[in-house]
Amino acid sequence: MNNIRRIAGAIWIILGLAAAYFLIVEQAIPLFAKGDMESLVPAIIYTFILSPIITGGMCVFGLYALQKEYDL
Amino acid sequence: MKTTMLQNEVSEGFDEKKLRKVIAASSVGTLIEWYDFYIFGSLSVIIATKFFPSDNPTAAFLSTLATFAAGFVVRPFGALFFGRLGDLLGRKYTFLVTLLIMGFSTFAIGLIPSYSSIGFLAPILVLTLRLLQGLALGGEYGGAATYVAEHAEPNKRGLRTAWIQTTASLGLFISLLVILATKKSMSLEAFNDWGWRIPFLISIVMVGISYFIRKNMDESPLFAQAKEEGKIVANPLKESFGKKLNFKFVLLALFGATMGQGVVWYTGQFYALSFLQKVANIEFEQSNYIIAISLAAGTGFFIFFGWLSDKIGRKGIMLAGMLLAICTYRPIYQAMYELADINLKTEKPNSRQVRADYHMIDASVNLSKVTRTIYSYTDGTQLLEEKTEKVSHIPSVQREKAVLKKTVHVGQHAFWMLILLVFIQVIYVTMVYGPIAAFLVEMFPTAIRYTSMSLPYHIGNGIFGGLLPAVATYLAAKANSANEVAMAAGQAIPYDKPYLEGLWYPIIIGGVCFVIGLLYINGKDREIND
Repeated sequence: MNNIRRIAGAIWIILGLAAAYFLIVEQAIPLFAKGDMESLVPAIIYTFILSPIITGGMCVFGLYALQKEYDL
Repeated sequence: MKTTMLQNEVSEGFDEKKLRKVIAASSVGTLIEWYDFYIFGSLSVIIATKFFPSDNPTAAFLSTLATFAAGFVVRPFGALFFGRLGDLLGRKYTFLVTLLIMGFSTFAIGLIPSYSSIGFLAPILVLTLRLLQGLALGGEYGGAATYVAEHAEPNKRGLRTAWIQTTASLGLFISLLVILATKKSMSLEAFNDWGWRIPFLISIVMVGISYFIRKNMDESPLFAQAKEEGKIVANPLKESFGKKLNFKFVLLALFGATMGQGVVWYTGQFYALSFLQKVANIEFEQSNYIIAISLAAGTGFFIFFGWLSDKIGRKGIMLAGMLLAICTYRPIYQAMYELADINLKTEKPNSRQVRADYHMIDASVNLSKVTRTIYSYTDGTQLLEEKTEKVSHIPSVQREKAVLKKTVHVGQHAFWMLILLVFIQVIYVTMVYGPIAAFLVEMFPTAIRYTSMSLPYHIGNGIFGGLLPAVATYLAAKANSANEVAMAAGQAIPYDKPYLEGLWYPIIIGGVCFVIGLLYINGKDREIND
């Protein structure tokens, strides 16, 4: 079971990167492109707050799993 | 000697009366904070007209900032700021401060003159107070949950803290009730003019009562003990997030529990309401009654699942709630859609009522024609179709598209079936949310508990849950536009149920959280005196 926990760590890292792609490319960039002030707020929040938290957190979590930190 | 006495108090000699007082003081305060936070959201349409006129770009910008920043940015910051204070100064003083900040902000919103009276100062003040609300909410929950858990008997921690868990749903329920009662007690014009301020203003009475109850409480015995033994850490933030040993549990709490809990919670309460109003077109009052009755019926299950988690463990219940939710969301929402779908109903013969009114738009010859058609169906459902079009001799005005608004008032059978379907979702909410306070408290040591449990809770709820409307709308809009493109090209539509596409967000996030929780959460740690 611990092997599965460690191997799954790679999946969490990939998911973290996928979240960054979705938040920045799919959500934030079209909003930045609109250029109006109303779209700018969510675009900034997606890029500079949500993306680092979700992607960073998921990647570190995956890394810890790979490093056997979550072995039971 | 004193330490031993304190330990005994925690492990053996529980004073039931005192414990009830602790639970009541904590729960009532947290309930009021949720109430305060929700009335802003529930009255957002009126608030927007009073403080954020849409024809003014700067005011609209401030409005967006108020919506996004309070949930996404400020709540986690509140968790960090007040969590740190709670681990340094104590739980009691910190959640007294959050209560006062929330109460003051809410009351003050009710007093702010409108944009038409004081101009830009109005939206700036509202934004500032909304941010203070978010900050206070970020600090409140962790304090209340920790305070109750640190007073509770080890074998009843789930049951005791479940009272705190009821507060979020009850806060929403009471906010809906107060708004509906205020609305009913006056004309629509009076409510839109000044009546909307009442739900904000009465908050100060509730906060005042709660403040005096909390003020007379003692500090948490475990925190007092840790303080006496010199176990308080100088920098709880560094301890929580700078040390791998603790930080890995913060991440596990977030991705293995609160992330999934957040989306199940938001789907069962907020997305359900939004779906009823915007997709199923059910009228405002009826849709609010559906949610309010479901919440009232389901709230007791927070206590039940909290109690059950003491008997059979927290992990299994939370994960079962997540699994049931992700497996049944699509059929539940499909059934909700069909219950309000007038295409599936039989219209009563000779029952159609049509009325047309003309209104002068401006000083020119342009008129607005509003045609109201009421369709009645055999199951008691009524559809009000309101078509607004401009009547003019000017060709450009003639070409303007008519605006069509549909409002459905469902019949008795559909009404109760919708309550049942929302109630099922509320049960999922109670399964994932009921035991989570005890689960989070047990994950972290006393010295950094307030800080460490607050952040994953508010990121899970504020960010993953709070993103739900934006992402769900995006997914549904994407499906709709793909269908339009296919139809224009004469091809088969790729999405036969585009209105269900938004559900992929809670299903995927809940699914990932379920797998992480299943794989990595131990679920056997019940020790909090560490």
